[in-house]
Amino acid sequence: MFDYRTDKFTLNPNYRLQYEEAQQCYVLLYPEGLVKLSDTAVEILRRCAQPISGDELIAQLQHDYPGAESLADDVKEFLVDAQSQDWIVAAGE
Amino acid sequence: MSGANNYIPMWLLAELTYACPLQCPYCSNPLQLPANRKQELSTEQWLRVMREARKLGAVQLGFSGGEPLVRKDLVQLIEAADDMGFYCNLITSAVGLTAEKITSFKEAGIKHIQISFQGSTKETNALFGGTDSFEHKLAMTKEVIAQGIPLGLNFVLHRQNIHQVSDFLEIAQELGAEFVELANTQYYAWALHNRDQLLPSSEQLEEAEAATNRFRAQHKGRMNVIFVAPDYYEKRPKKCSNGWGTTFITVTPEGDVLPCQSAKIIKGLQFPNVREESLMDIWRESDLFNRFRGTQWMQEPCASCPEKEIDLGGCRCQAFMLTGDVNATDPICEFSPDHHLITDAIAAAERDELAEQKAAPLLFRNTINAKKMAEKEN
Repeated sequence: MFDYRTDKFTLNPNYRLQYEEAQQCYVLLYPEGLVKLSDTAVEILRRCAQPISGDELIAQLQHDYPGAESLADDVKEFLVDAQSQDWIVAAGE
Repeated sequence: MSGANNYIPMWLLAELTYACPLQCPYCSNPLQLPANRKQELSTEQWLRVMREARKLGAVQLGFSGGEPLVRKDLVQLIEAADDMGFYCNLITSAVGLTAEKITSFKEAGIKHIQISFQGSTKETNALFGGTDSFEHKLAMTKEVIAQGIPLGLNFVLHRQNIHQVSDFLEIAQELGAEFVELANTQYYAWALHNRDQLLPSSEQLEEAEAATNRFRAQHKGRMNVIFVAPDYYEKRPKKCSNGWGTTFITVTPEGDVLPCQSAKIIKGLQFPNVREESLMDIWRESDLFNRFRGTQWMQEPCASCPEKEIDLGGCRCQAFMLTGDVNATDPICEFSPDHHLITDAIAAAERDELAEQKAAPLLFRNTINAKKMAEKEN
């Protein structure tokens, strides 16, 4: 179990994140299933291709989207969820 | 029919071959198995099918069969499918699998492997699967996990092995599996033929579910366990494959295109083939795929039922198999005028287990028995 705030993680290498023309959205594919992603989820997950920590991620997003108010809380909430569903895993795993 | 263009076949099930080293008496393949593999689609034809499915928006791909490992071009197909953007799942008995093959599949891009077990001991696994493969399955399960490929175990349940649920869960946990499906046999094809010997009693089913829940409570969250009951014990039918022609597309070894794995048992329907038409035309324009989309085709009691959008009348195969009328309400539904067919089967399942097993041997799925069945039919 990694600490999403300080430990580096990446998108689960066994999952696939891709844009689907037919559905006009990004999807995350996992064993025998898929989930359509919101714009926010895509924005976060695309930054997890390379190892990154939650704190770094929030800093990046705050830099790119200044003035987005509840950003840090939203990202944290998303990462907790993503970690519990194995969308993100500790880097190097 | 309008609206067909809105449906996306998210799932492509590629039944690469009917050939299989196992002889499971509940196999979902047709009773009329081909005598040889001469009519199987070529590598090129499968590549075309996969490309066309991707164009329609398919994202999940299951390599199945028969036993897909029998196909010599499996690595090539996985590699191509992965490049096309498919998420590749391999559905296998592990008979014929080796550590080297697992490595080559991983390099080719396989993302998930499902291994089936036919019993929780060497003896029962051999008895119901028709191969002495238990130790090999254990070894291959460990190997898939060691190579870091997501793995699911599938334990097929019926009245003669359903008491082994706890044992199997312990084995799965010991192996380090993260996902286990306890899948009760559903009664199609070979399983329907053997139904009297396979359908568990209500007591057996309740005990198996209770055992599953005890295991879950003991080992909180370490392993994800799904228990799938036989449809016969449900009060309402299931949608056919999430809705006929809405989500799933199955291509048989010989290139027939079906809305579900079983549809070929329905007599009187024309099954389009990828050798003659594109997958796109079949999915969008064919009579087969349009026939049971929506609710227009329904008769009573479905037509005026307030729940018709929820289950879409249930499974067309089941309706046809049990009533002879493909438009009938799925007899699983308690409002079906044919529901007694289900309750009669369940009542029969409460009989003395051992006496029944001795009285009628299981018909195992193999080409010799398939030939016998074909002769009977004609």
